[in-house]
Amino acid sequence: MMLLVTSGVAPYLAQAESILDVGDTFIVPLLLKLAFVLGIFFVVPLVAGYLEHKAMARMQHRRGPVEAGPFGTLQLVADGIKFIQKEDLIPSAADKWVFAIAPGVALVPAMLALLVIPFGPGVFALDLELGLFYVLAASSVSVLGVLMGGWSSANKFSLFGGLRAGGQLIAYELPLILAAIAVAVQAGTLSLVGIVEAQAEFMLFGTGINLWFVIPQLLGFGIFFVAALAELSRPPFDMPIGDSELVFGYMTEYSGIKYAMYMLTEYAGMVTMSALMVVLYLGGWQLLPGVPLPGCEGAGGLFDCDVTGTLLGVVVTFGKIMLLVFVMVWLRVAYPRLREDQLQRIAWQVMVPLALLNLALVTIAKVVY
Amino acid sequence: MTGHDVVFVLVGLLTAGGAVLTVTSKNLMHAALFFAVTLGGIAGVFLPLAADFLALVQIVVYVGAVAVLFMFGLMLTRAPIGREALDGQNRGLAMAVAGGLFVVLSTLVIGAFGDLPTAEVTGPRIDDLGIAIFADWVLPFEVLSMLLLAALIGAIVLARRETGESGEELTVTRIEMAQDRDPDALEREQAALTSGSGGDGEEHA
Repeated sequence: MMLLVTSGVAPYLAQAESILDVGDTFIVPLLLKLAFVLGIFFVVPLVAGYLEHKAMARMQHRRGPVEAGPFGTLQLVADGIKFIQKEDLIPSAADKWVFAIAPGVALVPAMLALLVIPFGPGVFALDLELGLFYVLAASSVSVLGVLMGGWSSANKFSLFGGLRAGGQLIAYELPLILAAIAVAVQAGTLSLVGIVEAQAEFMLFGTGINLWFVIPQLLGFGIFFVAALAELSRPPFDMPIGDSELVFGYMTEYSGIKYAMYMLTEYAGMVTMSALMVVLYLGGWQLLPGVPLPGCEGAGGLFDCDVTGTLLGVVVTFGKIMLLVFVMVWLRVAYPRLREDQLQRIAWQVMVPLALLNLALVTIAKVVY
Repeated sequence: MTGHDVVFVLVGLLTAGGAVLTVTSKNLMHAALFFAVTLGGIAGVFLPLAADFLALVQIVVYVGAVAVLFMFGLMLTRAPIGREALDGQNRGLAMAVAGGLFVVLSTLVIGAFGDLPTAEVTGPRIDDLGIAIFADWVLPFEVLSMLLLAALIGAIVLARRETGESGEELTVTRIEMAQDRDPDALEREQAALTSGSGGDGEEHA
């Protein structure tokens, strides 16, 4: 619906043109963009999952998947086929409709968030003027799906898992948004493409040294990373599915394809959040600060690219995304799970004040310089 | 009739349907979910009116926070999990109030704005909106935020009343856990509670 409404009206769109805007017809770019978003949504999370399998295995002195496909690369595809074949169990006391819809309510916002994220010069479906705000709004809806699943399962463990997830997602959404606002303040725009451009043009005060936003906003980046981990319920913030106490939290009663949808939401969320961090703090598709991409002519050497430059930009972006995914996996292996009260205390007594401090500092610096 | 009108009507129907189901469903959780649909639908109504910022604010605040808090509160307190129903039995009264309000409001709105000419909708740019809020209208904005802050503090004070320092102390019913404990400990704790010096940390065994 967003697509239908937006393509006709100019005010929704920022200036940047997508490479998928081909021809004069309405329907061709629309289909291309849908295919682009769905393709990324169903393929990149599998790559992230494979990376997690292999990296975790190495850190635990195992080999990880080796049988399915070369080096076990098709393990998650095989898992997907297995999930589709499984029996779709619904507990007899469960609220059937809510139980069935809940994984979709969690999944669709994760899919929608990918609509505006740029993966390279011109490689995005839409460059909304409100892109950053749109991603945060879309991801805030996922909580509903988790709460619905936790409640409708008619199971104590699920209910507690849903409650914990709800409390955690509400608590960590605030520092996440506050950290993102600080980036928007520094960049002077909410468009994700605009933020990449602003980073390419941001110079250290009074000099010609180009810096990514991660340097002046190291605190903000830390807050965003931790809050993103908590938003995704990734270890060490996986209290909602803490298997030593709650079986598997809100996912306890789910099996088959619905369970797979919850898992896909988590991995797609990892990719989305990593991509967002790349765009907000790590210079988007810029190789190194101050280094223009070969074949590009626009602002900061990052726009109006030829085929080589575009492909290189996409490779750089996905490289950075996978690097961040790897760090998330690393943290999962390295740290034990937090206790519920520690988790809430960190959110409200540490993260929120720090995020506010970061926002104040960035705003003052923006006004002074 | 333009494409905007079609989208507007479809989303409007969805919103109205969600609203009707909110008040007719017998299960409190279902009502909360349909309420979330209604709130999301209102965001959808803003989109063809070129108010995309407002639409996103509606989603973040109402769907992502208010509806979630509703469900969170229901689950935390008295949600019947599974299929049980929890119904207020106030259907007739609610229908009368809602119908009366609808008649009054629609009469007022049509009477006030009915003969205005229609115009093509174009939204403002987001930077114009930001300048308007934080430069031209900064004083009302700050006053509003103070009002919200006061409401927030008031809510905390009310919520803490039963055990906190701000209200009267309630007599706490103790659950006797260990009979073989020091028998005088119970009296000492009760005395501390009734003398009014006890904080909220002392009522549990």
